[in-house]
Amino acid sequence: MMRGLAVASTLIVVLIALALFMRSKPILALKPLTTLLFSTAWHPSRGEFGFLAFIAGTLWVTLVASFIAIPVCILASIYLSEYADKRLREWIGPFIDILAGIPSVVYGMWGVLVIVPLVKNIIAPLFGGYSAGYSVLAGGLVLAVMISPVIIHISVEVLRTVPSDLKQASLALGATKWETIKFVVMKRAMPGMIAASVLGLSRAFGETIAVMMVVGNVARIPRTVFDPAYPLPALIANNYGEMLSIPLYDSGLLFAALLLLLVVIYFNVVSKMILSGSKWSLYYNG
Amino acid sequence: MLLKPNVSVHNLNVFYGKDHVLHDVSVEIPNKKITVIIGPSGCGKTTLLKSFNRLIDSVDGVKVTGEVLVDGENIYDPKAEVTHIRKKMGLLSQRPYPLPMSIYDNVAYGPRLCGEKNKKKLDRIVEHFLHTASLWDEVKDKLNSPAARLSVGQQQRLCLARGLAVGPEIILGDEPTSALDPKSSKHIEERFMELKQYYTIILVTHILRQAKRLADYVLFLYMGRLIEHGPAKEIFENPKEKMTKEYIQGIIS
Repeated sequence: MMRGLAVASTLIVVLIALALFMRSKPILALKPLTTLLFSTAWHPSRGEFGFLAFIAGTLWVTLVASFIAIPVCILASIYLSEYADKRLREWIGPFIDILAGIPSVVYGMWGVLVIVPLVKNIIAPLFGGYSAGYSVLAGGLVLAVMISPVIIHISVEVLRTVPSDLKQASLALGATKWETIKFVVMKRAMPGMIAASVLGLSRAFGETIAVMMVVGNVARIPRTVFDPAYPLPALIANNYGEMLSIPLYDSGLLFAALLLLLVVIYFNVVSKMILSGSKWSLYYNG
Repeated sequence: MLLKPNVSVHNLNVFYGKDHVLHDVSVEIPNKKITVIIGPSGCGKTTLLKSFNRLIDSVDGVKVTGEVLVDGENIYDPKAEVTHIRKKMGLLSQRPYPLPMSIYDNVAYGPRLCGEKNKKKLDRIVEHFLHTASLWDEVKDKLNSPAARLSVGQQQRLCLARGLAVGPEIILGDEPTSALDPKSSKHIEERFMELKQYYTIILVTHILRQAKRLADYVLFLYMGRLIEHGPAKEIFENPKEKMTKEYIQGIIS
């Protein structure tokens, strides 16, 4: 029974992928894959389906989010696992987990109320640019906060697996605590922290509603972080079920969904592989 | 004039939270000899050893009173610089913990921390201390492969080379052969016998036969108290305390 459920859950992933593939077949049959992926012409009513602007939007927002989140999260997790005393750690841990559990629409609201005006009135003028506020940067900032809990959580776990005897070996050689962290702890934990970041990225990649509320949803390739963008998930959420009278529109959106699913699966597999760690265990254990 | 001892301990008390782990230990460790700390497990041997280079600092809720003088400097003085103290000592732990880097980088780690960047000098240091640890011939062709690929016995000798490369005066060993097979253990013991002409060596062991083979001077600890200490011959053949006698005869353990 339990086993059946476990198998069923993996089956669901396969079935979803299969269904998406079947439904996106019409558009794949009519348009070459390169046009779909690398054309910016998006005129569904004229039968032009170029996804490049949306793919670029997704990549921009994801990259900005990871540039902000990854360094901050890695430093935070080092602090939590190596410097913070036990009481602080026990205090902060649950808060980080709550952060992970906040519904994304709430993040979206917060983005609209706080981040969008912040980008428009403060950050963009600071860099001499103009922004309506609804922009790649706003999306990236909101996403950065959203993916932080998972990155911090996993990184702290990974850091805590570094044996204290190994740290002592470095300390005994006259290394300071920071030197020990930099040369030994980080090195040992690096694959795990990369995996944590990749998992965070995959979450960022597929995040829909919060991003949709703050990025502006303009189907053009953004040139700076102050420009609006239109990521793939937002495209699907905004349009699916609305304009399906247009031929191939439905198939095109399902193709976009398939694309997203494949990328997210790929990220997850990669991070699992790093975590279970051919490289990691090889370097240290054998 | 008598040589000042490298390490002398005055009224050392160590607490882990509410546990009183070491009671009022006072002893002078003789220079350029092998001093062995014996006693049943949990008696505070490792704590005493790690109090010599302040590795017990990292234990949660640790409190230390009394003093440990290394070269006349109280290492528990708030002004004492802990990294400086630790560079005077090499540590071998129960299991070898090679750093997650190459064989070469493991040995060069300490010298590099001291600011040594000259490649030729580092090469010389690495080769010299791998020789001293009698590991050179086994690893000279694979200095850049990860240290973790070595056997456990080789790793322990690597850790010895790594510790010596810092230029210490004192070698601390916390049951350094307990994870090794008999042949590797013998290898390490032979190194200690050679090294004692240059270094003050302090070992913790629970193997009495090993203590008898190596020790010049013996400390017997029981329940956190230093029961008896003296030259090895005296302690093993003619102990003054009843408890020491019983431990050596295997009545208490």
